[in-house]
Amino acid sequence: MLPGLVGAALLGLPLVLGGAIGLAVGASLIALVGRIKVLSSEIAVSVVITSLFGAGVLLGLAPTTPAGLGGILFGDLLAVGFGDIALAAGYAAIVLAILFVLHEGLLATGFDRLNAKALGRSPAPLDLVLALLLAGATLVAVQALGNLLVVAMLIGPAASARLLTRRIGPMMLTAVAIAWVASLVGLYASYHAELAAGAAVTCALVLAFVVALLTRRLRDLLASDSRRRGRGEQSRGLRLRSRRA
Amino acid sequence: MHDRVLSGEPLVRSNRLAARYPGASVPAISSITFAVEAGQRVALLGPNGGGKSTLFRAITGELAPSSGELELGVGHPALVPQSERSRLDYPVSALDVALMGSVSRLPWWRRPSRADRALARESLRRVGLEDETNTTFGELSGGQRQRVLVARALVQDSPLLLLDEPFAGIDAPSAELLAALFDQLAAEGRGLLMATHDIEQARSWDLVLCCNRVQIAFGDPAQVLTREVIERTYGSSLVPLPGDESLAITPPHHHDHFEADR
Ligand SMILES: Nc1ncnc2c1ncn2[C@@H]1O[C@H](COP(=O)(O)OP(=O)(O)O)[C@@H](O)[C@H]1O
Ligand SMILES: [Mg+2]
Repeated sequence: MLPGLVGAALLGLPLVLGGAIGLAVGASLIALVGRIKVLSSEIAVSVVITSLFGAGVLLGLAPTTPAGLGGILFGDLLAVGFGDIALAAGYAAIVLAILFVLHEGLLATGFDRLNAKALGRSPAPLDLVLALLLAGATLVAVQALGNLLVVAMLIGPAASARLLTRRIGPMMLTAVAIAWVASLVGLYASYHAELAAGAAVTCALVLAFVVALLTRRLRDLLASDSRRRGRGEQSRGLRLRSRRA
Repeated sequence: MHDRVLSGEPLVRSNRLAARYPGASVPAISSITFAVEAGQRVALLGPNGGGKSTLFRAITGELAPSSGELELGVGHPALVPQSERSRLDYPVSALDVALMGSVSRLPWWRRPSRADRALARESLRRVGLEDETNTTFGELSGGQRQRVLVARALVQDSPLLLLDEPFAGIDAPSAELLAALFDQLAAEGRGLLMATHDIEQARSWDLVLCCNRVQIAFGDPAQVLTREVIERTYGSSLVPLPGDESLAITPPHHHDHFEADR
């Protein structure tokens, strides 16, 4: 969406409009490139995203660009107003409602994509809904967070929560909590250390991910340790998860 | 939902069915002519790559027939996929997986009801997993995972069950439980179509369909399962047992591993 944002800035159009057009073009390109048989879909996504990103940077470096590229990349967290927050809250409610209704269908297709039809669900429409929800979230948040922080904010907390939880529901709650805490920590840090707010929040998100990763490693180590001990000393009833250990 | 049971019409019937994967030049299966009626247990024999899973995909609608006819009775057929292909890293409990079966009976905007949840628990109990409802799917043993997938099919409450190698790589207690359960399901009036590599088990079922990319035979196992048919079904993967008239199949799966009950 970066070229769209920059293009809009160049043409003096609303950023949201440019971003939406950029997103639509990007999504269609990903879908198109994904149809090329020899490429896997991950490669398609990364190729499209990096080339669009490059195009956006090139455009943004054009001398006529009014709003600095920095603003588009990193947004302006401190300029968020009541309207932005209301919009985000409204959108969050919509997303929650849709995810609530589609929960089992999404779960089933994610679990067993190949045989989703046997459960009466086609993956394609559900994929589309998810992609649209994601695009919408990006669009709503991009003015405050900027293009880079939006990506960090959408992926970071979810990836961290995935490491810490074993069910989808708790994973969602954990992700939201991580996003909140990282934002607060980042903002305080930026205030006290006079860092850019967006950059500080991004750092906090990365930190949260590292902590989650370490926690997970530690937990796995402990689990395999107790499993080993459980095998050695079966009679002492020390086994924690005896049935599966 | 079992009105077909009463009318005696087949739950699935095909006539010279062929199915081809997109991009493939030849059909993966062809000339498949068979039927499964209510209460029948039909074994599907064939070598690896013989098209057993492909036939299931055609029946579930995943793969459109490229020629021939395929007729289905009421309701979605319930598929128990090859469990070795399922995702172990997915954050769901055994109950979550069983509950996915209710999705096939609901329109997209409806969530599973309390009754669906009760049915999911009851189905897990039927496969002997009432103590594992909240266990993460990936942490169960191979046999237990297979039983969860069978429970999911029970939740679908379909008159036709498609079982893709349900006995592959599972422990003996799980195998015993499933064998008894399948007999019970047939007695309830459901039709079962099961891919298997176990010729002896196929002999004990009502009908057998032999398929090696094309249909080799379909009918009563006692008449159909001659040495010649078995040879044509398994082709080169057959080895004669020395000093014996019977035949053995070379281990069908390189990844087959027997898992002791844990
Ligand atoms: N998704 C697919 N795309 C293309 N060809 C496939 C696909 N799945 C299976 N095949 C091919 O179809 C044939 C039958 O495979 P399959 O139905 O999985 O056999 P079986 O289940 O009997 O082992 C094989 O030759 C296999 O290579
Ligand atoms: Mg198969």
